[in-house]
Amino acid sequence: MNMEDLLALGGRSIKSRLLIGTGKFSSYPLMKKALEVAQPDIVTVALRRVDASSKTDNILEYIPKSCILMANTSGARNADEAVRIARLAKAAGTGPWIKIEVVQDQKYLLPDNLETLKAVETLAKEGFIVLPYMSPDLSMARRMADAGAAAVMPLGSPIGSNRGVKTRELVEILVREIKVPVIVDAGLGSPSDACECMEMGCAAVLVNTAIAIARDPVAMAKAFKDAVSAGRAAYLAGLAASGNKASASSPLTGFLRNEIL
Amino acid sequence: MVFILNGKQESIEKPLSLDALIAAKGLCPEKIVVEHNFSIISKEDWPKIMLKDQDMIEVISFVGGG
Repeated sequence: MNMEDLLALGGRSIKSRLLIGTGKFSSYPLMKKALEVAQPDIVTVALRRVDASSKTDNILEYIPKSCILMANTSGARNADEAVRIARLAKAAGTGPWIKIEVVQDQKYLLPDNLETLKAVETLAKEGFIVLPYMSPDLSMARRMADAGAAAVMPLGSPIGSNRGVKTRELVEILVREIKVPVIVDAGLGSPSDACECMEMGCAAVLVNTAIAIARDPVAMAKAFKDAVSAGRAAYLAGLAASGNKASASSPLTGFLRNEIL
Repeated sequence: MVFILNGKQESIEKPLSLDALIAAKGLCPEKIVVEHNFSIISKEDWPKIMLKDQDMIEVISFVGGG
């Protein structure tokens, strides 16, 4: 692939178009190996209340120092809580990168676009590099971009469902119409799902569950990395047009048959 | 007096600083961020904060997440 194919995001030039989430890995050392193999530039983490009785390791020690840490606001039910979590994350050391995630619906974990927009407005003004997780709605994506979102992150299907890009038609509209990068986040279950997003022209994908709970997360991380590269290369190469009828790829002139010319 | 630590009520007899509370709970200062009545308190200011009745303390750290 062209070495110059970098993603401009939050004032940085990002090499890897595979962002990786760190939840659900069976151990931090295993997660570390998966990250070393996939070589993401951006890695997401979450914030939680400390349980003084459990002596767990510091997850940050298992994330390569070269990675940009992006905290998410998971657990936030409205804009105010998302803003509060973002400020805590910054104070705790993740810097200005924040993935806004505002969810009230506990069954499907679908985002609340209106509260998310409010959080984007506040945090972008405070200098955060804001990446909102959202339902793929064109008007909302436009408003979020106008409010200073560095990218928009439409869901492919519900978080952790591994169902793929069920929102494809809507995400394609965002890719065509939204000026900031479109990063599909949530629901990508297989490398082919990630490849599909990249072929569509998405700027990047964020994958967590599909890697973390695979039988071999390290090998799956590599498979996703390769799929993202392949999909991106295909997009840049320009996909050939599809049609309803056959178009012969071999010569159709007579062969082993008497033809009267 | 009582205060709320991560949503749970705790009571103390003697005056206690934020700094001393963190130490008493065996928390590693490098791994955590502390919020006192909705304000984030930097580590150097922990000794200056004396807990008052009904104070709300949140102690937060990073975990895996997508």
